[in-house]
Amino acid sequence: MIHQGQPHPGERHSRRRALALMGAGVLAFSATQLSPRLAMARGLERPKSLITVWLSGGPSQLETWDPHPGGKIGGPTQAIETSIPGARICEWYPQTAAILKDFCVVRSVVSKEGDHERGTYVVRTGFRPEPTVVHPSLGSIVYHELPRGNLEIPGHVSLGDGPFATKGGYLGEEATAFRVFDPGRNLQNLEAPVEAPRHARRLESLGKLSESFLEGRRHQIASSLHQKTIDAALKMMTSEQLKAFSLEEEPAALQAAYGDNSFGRGCLVARRLVETGVRAIDVTLNGFDTHANNFGLCKSQAGYLDPALASLVNDLKSRDLWNSTVVLVCGEFGRTPQINPLDGRDHWPNGFSLLLGGGGLASGRVLGATDPEGKKPPENPIEIPQIMATVLHVLGIDFHKEISTPIGRPIRLSTGSPATDLLATT
Amino acid sequence: MPGKSRAAWQTGLPIAGVALLVVWMFLFAARTDLDSGTTTHRQPGFDSAAVSASVAGINATWKISPQPLPATQETATADKPPIEFAGRADDLQILRRLHLAMIGMAPSLEEVRAFETLATPDRLSVWTTRLLNDPRTGEYLAQRLGKVFVGIDDGQFIVFRRDRFTQWLAAELLADRPYDQIVRQMIAEKGLWTGRPAGNFITAAVVGEEVDENKLAGRTARAFLGQRMDCAQCHDHFFAEWKQQDFEGLAAYFAPVQISAVGLEDQRDFQYSVDDAKSPEGKRNVALGVPFGKEWVAEQGTERERLAGWVTHTDNRRFDRAIVNRMWGLMFGRPLVEPVDDLPDPSEVPGTDTLDVLARDFLDHGRSLHRLIHVITQSEAFLRDSKHPSAETGEGIDAASESWAMFPLTRLRPEQTIGNMLQAWSLQTIDQNSHVFVRLFRLFRERDFLKEYGDTGEDELALFTGTIPQALLRMNGEFSRQLSEATPLSAPGRLAGLSNTNEELITGVFLACLTRRPTPEELRLIEESWRENPTSKGNLAEDLYWTLFNSPEFSWNH
Repeated sequence: MIHQGQPHPGERHSRRRALALMGAGVLAFSATQLSPRLAMARGLERPKSLITVWLSGGPSQLETWDPHPGGKIGGPTQAIETSIPGARICEWYPQTAAILKDFCVVRSVVSKEGDHERGTYVVRTGFRPEPTVVHPSLGSIVYHELPRGNLEIPGHVSLGDGPFATKGGYLGEEATAFRVFDPGRNLQNLEAPVEAPRHARRLESLGKLSESFLEGRRHQIASSLHQKTIDAALKMMTSEQLKAFSLEEEPAALQAAYGDNSFGRGCLVARRLVETGVRAIDVTLNGFDTHANNFGLCKSQAGYLDPALASLVNDLKSRDLWNSTVVLVCGEFGRTPQINPLDGRDHWPNGFSLLLGGGGLASGRVLGATDPEGKKPPENPIEIPQIMATVLHVLGIDFHKEISTPIGRPIRLSTGSPATDLLATT
Repeated sequence: MPGKSRAAWQTGLPIAGVALLVVWMFLFAARTDLDSGTTTHRQPGFDSAAVSASVAGINATWKISPQPLPATQETATADKPPIEFAGRADDLQILRRLHLAMIGMAPSLEEVRAFETLATPDRLSVWTTRLLNDPRTGEYLAQRLGKVFVGIDDGQFIVFRRDRFTQWLAAELLADRPYDQIVRQMIAEKGLWTGRPAGNFITAAVVGEEVDENKLAGRTARAFLGQRMDCAQCHDHFFAEWKQQDFEGLAAYFAPVQISAVGLEDQRDFQYSVDDAKSPEGKRNVALGVPFGKEWVAEQGTERERLAGWVTHTDNRRFDRAIVNRMWGLMFGRPLVEPVDDLPDPSEVPGTDTLDVLARDFLDHGRSLHRLIHVITQSEAFLRDSKHPSAETGEGIDAASESWAMFPLTRLRPEQTIGNMLQAWSLQTIDQNSHVFVRLFRLFRERDFLKEYGDTGEDELALFTGTIPQALLRMNGEFSRQLSEATPLSAPGRLAGLSNTNEELITGVFLACLTRRPTPEELRLIEESWRENPTSKGNLAEDLYWTLFNSPEFSWNH
């Protein structure tokens, strides 16, 4: 099935049609309304959201969820038992070990891109980079495909500052995540630069002085959504929902549990955004590109990731939001089994790990396995499009749906099919 | 000119502006001589009468073009009323278009004043020549074309190489080197990327340690020929005539190139092969091949030299059509034919559509990009107003747009938006002669702004709508606040200090921000508002700057 009025293949490009498609997202900002009951709902009844915990740089699978202690490739890293019987993870993740039963651990993810930018593109979109189209990220698809409810704040939010920001691609700029560089502390550009009465006068002048330009161009300017965008921005500036970005109401003990750092605050803000009805949230933790001093750096990274991730899961569960929130923990690739002369590990897309849970997905399972010697391909390899399809499926999105890009090219949301072992019903 | 008394900035700036411009032109000529030893400040190598003839030829094509074929008074029927063409735009409006297209920012108040001192009927052409000899034009067009030629991939080495490439391309564009020569050097360059920056067209396609010949083949087809062949890398094209063997044959020309200690070099007697599961050995040899015009391939030279000759061959109409369409797009914000990198096949009979006529004219006049810009920017379509009945009501807008019945409205690109804001902040022209503080301010603030505002990426002429974060950034961002603040150094502060009346102040702000004077109605509204809430001139200037920065007029090329 092809949606959005797909033209005949090869039909020439229409700019007006393209603008109409792109504009749909902004219009939807204030369109579809979910009932307040659903907004307050919990458990399976609640509309689902996605939190992607993005580990930027390529986290070592051996120093996170797939250690091989004692062998040639394991290095000094030790493993600990977890809440999944028989599944051991890196010793630096004791809190995650306790909640691991809420996730599936995928230890055999494979990709074909070992470059940071290209690898990021593949894992975030499910497609390899192409010169003639920009694919939307998973979060952008979720934002685009799911109703946004009575949101007055963006429905797709990126928390933290990482390289290679994802884009809305052919779904339009409005599907690109709203970026918050310092979550929980400083929400940039939401306060008027002058006091309220003067700001009101400025806005009044803006309306009046825009009039002469509109004359003779009214239809074209209206279709550009300039004013609607400003209106939506103004609505957001005064919205009560902005509190979702603030941690003032959160108990100090809970903030401390997440960690008093950008990533910890980001995870806590992510939970608040889910509560408010935001459907797609990214939280980024940088620093996993461990070409040198891999073990020291990975231990340091665990100091941020372990408490924040465990707190996020516990917090979502305690508020009965776990079954409506998919949590995906991944990076652009893994690290080589071999340890290089700088005591580091290099890029490795041929068998790395991720965690996936919540939202009604299966839990407590370990999928795939890597060779303890680091020589053979992983058992039961799982490709990124399968992960994408799994997440979209559990969120209620038709993963094989075809979208017509602004130039009329039909593209499926995902080329994969769900990994059945990740679905709760199997 | 509105206002009875003339403020100091009004009387002084034209004289000071012209004087500064003369000094600046002198400095520029001296510096470029010293830098390159070859580039000098020069007059265009084409005469205006010949350009006028070319322009007339382009203007006439709207009547012969099969796509679109606007109904004229003579051909109109009851079902198909004649297209109503917009009138000529105001000269200042056209001046703004020229600046946005060529240097990526609106003219400074200083430049507006200097332009207004030119009294000749051809002052727009004179100004275009002046801009073409301005290093900012080379730099800006090189940045925009560079995205097409070498992409926007990140990564430490790629960024350095791209910078070197862009610097080289800027110098070539400034010197108006024939376009085919520029492209031939890009495709066939040898040596180290530092000393031979044109070769970064090749190094931009290095993945790991290897040159990706497929990436280069796809980019060559898209950037230089306006053809998307990328999908033929894996299978025959679904809708076009391109076969997989066409793509592989093209890639074979790039396959021998390797990066060694001496930089780019071509391996001799290289046999290109590709993976093929159907072959017994798992691989299949691929011969050099071009998808059309085989007779244009020279017998001599390296593979890349032969390919460069084929791409730029005078009979290869796709080459000229691709660049004139892209330059048209850069000047208007919208190409003649879309998508810009997937053009229809040239018609069997040359010269039957505007694109072909323009391409032929480009070829006949030495493939001079400067001359091409002159022809495009003097065409009737470029000079038309952007106001139009169909733009007001929406009725018949498709036909009017396709006929270029009015200048197309396009949103400013992010770098144009910040360039505009920054230039409006300064009464003087911001260029390479600006104070180091101003240049550093631009460098860092521009980077931060683009990070938050978002870049449109490699798809140079894609359409895009504004976003909520962009609106927030313009309204409340630190950059916006700083640039609209009335300080002794900023344009808002200086205009407030130098203006005797509110009207002078308002006029100055409008010229600095929108390159036009306020209408009587706008003056009345602002004065009325000011009387209701009297405030200092500094505050009035700040409020006006903020308002105009957020107005649709500021965000659009019109």
